[in-house]
Amino acid sequence: MYFGLSEEQSFFQDNVKKYLEEHATIDNIRHIANGDENNLSAEIHQGLLNLGINGLLIPEEFGGLGLDLLFAAVVSEALGSGVSPTPFIAPYVMAPTAFKHAGSITQQKNYLPKIAINEYRFAVGFSEFIGKRNDAGISFVDNALNGRAMFVLDANDATHLLLADERGRIFVVNASSSNIEIVKLTTVDKTRQYAEVICKNLEAELLENSSDSVEPINRTIDAGRIMLAADSLGASQIMIDRAVDYSKERKQFGRAIGSFQAVKHMCAEMAADLEPCYALIWHAAHCHDHSPDEARLMACHAKAHVSEMSKGIAKKATEVHGGMGFTDLLGLHYWFKRIGLNRQILGSPELVREEAYKTQI
Amino acid sequence: MDLEYGPEYQDFTKEVQSFCKKYEGLSFTDRSNNPLGSSGGSGGPKMSRSEWQKILIKNGYFARSVPKEYGGYGGEADILKSRIVAAEFSKARTPMAMGGQGIDMLVPTLLEMGTEEQKQTYIKSTLHGEIIWCQGYSEPNAGSDLASLQTKGELVGDEWVINGQKIWTSTAQYSQMCFCLVRTEPDAPKHSGISYLLIPMDTPGIEIRPLVDMTLKAGFNEVFFTDVKIPASNIVGKRGEGWAVANATLGHERGSLAPPDATMNRVNMLMQLMKEETLDGMPLIEYPVYRDRLMKIQGKVLAQQSHALRLLSAKLNPMADVKLGKMIQKLTGTELRHELEGLAIDVLGEIGTLYEDSPHLKNDGTWQFIYMYFLGLIIGGGTSQIQKNIIAERGLGMPKEPKVEGA
Repeated sequence: MYFGLSEEQSFFQDNVKKYLEEHATIDNIRHIANGDENNLSAEIHQGLLNLGINGLLIPEEFGGLGLDLLFAAVVSEALGSGVSPTPFIAPYVMAPTAFKHAGSITQQKNYLPKIAINEYRFAVGFSEFIGKRNDAGISFVDNALNGRAMFVLDANDATHLLLADERGRIFVVNASSSNIEIVKLTTVDKTRQYAEVICKNLEAELLENSSDSVEPINRTIDAGRIMLAADSLGASQIMIDRAVDYSKERKQFGRAIGSFQAVKHMCAEMAADLEPCYALIWHAAHCHDHSPDEARLMACHAKAHVSEMSKGIAKKATEVHGGMGFTDLLGLHYWFKRIGLNRQILGSPELVREEAYKTQI
Repeated sequence: MDLEYGPEYQDFTKEVQSFCKKYEGLSFTDRSNNPLGSSGGSGGPKMSRSEWQKILIKNGYFARSVPKEYGGYGGEADILKSRIVAAEFSKARTPMAMGGQGIDMLVPTLLEMGTEEQKQTYIKSTLHGEIIWCQGYSEPNAGSDLASLQTKGELVGDEWVINGQKIWTSTAQYSQMCFCLVRTEPDAPKHSGISYLLIPMDTPGIEIRPLVDMTLKAGFNEVFFTDVKIPASNIVGKRGEGWAVANATLGHERGSLAPPDATMNRVNMLMQLMKEETLDGMPLIEYPVYRDRLMKIQGKVLAQQSHALRLLSAKLNPMADVKLGKMIQKLTGTELRHELEGLAIDVLGEIGTLYEDSPHLKNDGTWQFIYMYFLGLIIGGGTSQIQKNIIAERGLGMPKEPKVEGA
């Protein structure tokens, strides 16, 4: 019995963290967020591709590393801790998972090797399956898609998209088609790109095994949710570490503010809230691959619970920094905003908890 | 990650399952001293709690690693086997071995630091439930600042003469013995002036007064010592080492106050209740507001259960660093259980406030009782605020509060 990360997982995670510390410095993040260094994000992304992040979940027969979701989760955590301004969850986790569960053998052969060599990069737009806002929604008639998908994930430089209709059918579409309009959405989190996608008689390929079962899309969403939770975990840990460090340096009333119980207790609460999130995420990722009966419940709770804990941590860690926490100077707000966005994407906590309940009736 | 225990444990699991089957419906002929203790089932064998302890020890389901000569099973400590026993007993509703402060705290202390004679005298009879112990630590003026305790012990000839008062002494009224912290070196600095003494409760000069708490049934006491004389040899460790001796066992108490598996059992029990109870003709579980609160707590408990697996694994793999992970257990476990029991009262509304033997009581009134009882556990054994100081200072390395002169 062993509950924890393997040496390989920890080693890979350290490498991603080190790479980001060197290349995604706070100055670089700021440049990217301000939109004045467009190549920088692509350079950082290339560096991560060199480490192999695109092939983690792709089976070896299709040119990938054939690793499990826990491996991807520890990578996602590292990306969150570095507020990495690069795509990950959609192209390298959700897309391979969708092809694994929804794709025919032919479809897997056609697409997975291309993801592994970074020729194809997928964005994912499943929001309308989870919860359709206002007039959004995709319909599939006569082999063509019409309608609108909101909050399509990792839209930066995507060559292809996976879109879903309300029934949970998954479609592959080409991003360069003339029948697709991709409108960039500006969210508070400028480290990742989100888009609205409008389809007009857009040619689409249905992933065959999703035609009459929601199981494949649910599995894909579960994987995405665990990644978002892991991303928030990494971001939250950095916020706590920063707050604790700052409280030891900053002096008021002749003492380090970290010696005041008011500050100490905020930090202790943050640590107590976050520490069990590691185990919850690892466990959820493990269940995803090895314990299908519990997988969906664990994924829902990982997403909802970590979102709740992270929200509190983002607030408290900022407060420990006092006025400085509120400024752009420290850049703490990049983590705050990342946590804020992760919370809403692929289902906000209330929606996800409702799904958790439905798995139990 | 590997959550399988391995084939050798499958046989053990089967063995435990058939044991549970054999004793299905076991009930006890005597009452439990623990307000949360099991009353047993019905329709099965009947026996005393002490007889049950002996059966459990004989099978290696309790006191597994305590040497045979002291009344234990005399096996290798096996964390996974202990966990299997706990899980299978819980599934089968087989009563676990009795706990209590003697078994949970004194026995490990004596095994580690007791003299041979103390081990021979006390361990076996404590494990068998024949000697009940109470813990004499807190005093009216020594709560969170326990080391400032003032109960005095003076060595006169070959006897300790003890004067002072202890408080929050659960089970004192049933106890034969008390393990007690006493100031024996009044001139030493406060942490090094304390000794750990073993006091027979029938010694003349001891007076026990019940201290009624908000639950009306938790059974605390105040214990007064007036010229209480005990043999000089009734000391564990050396004079002035009592603080270190006590600290070894305080850590043990903190970890075991609110195991997440027990909390999950209560979550499941509440979910069942919410399906059965109706409001305006509709089951409570159908109300999204109540349902969401239940799901939120279920998520928290799942996180704690996963965390407990991580800590379990760390016991098997000493390289794992879980120092911070252990420190948060008392705080998070007791607060969460209190929150859960409180939710049950909220969803039941007025019915949730029914108590004792009222008509319409649900689940024997346990929701309201445990809700209050866990407020006691949030305060006792190191308050939540003290826990946060420990997490911040020892876990996160934050600076200590400046010392007040003379404290």
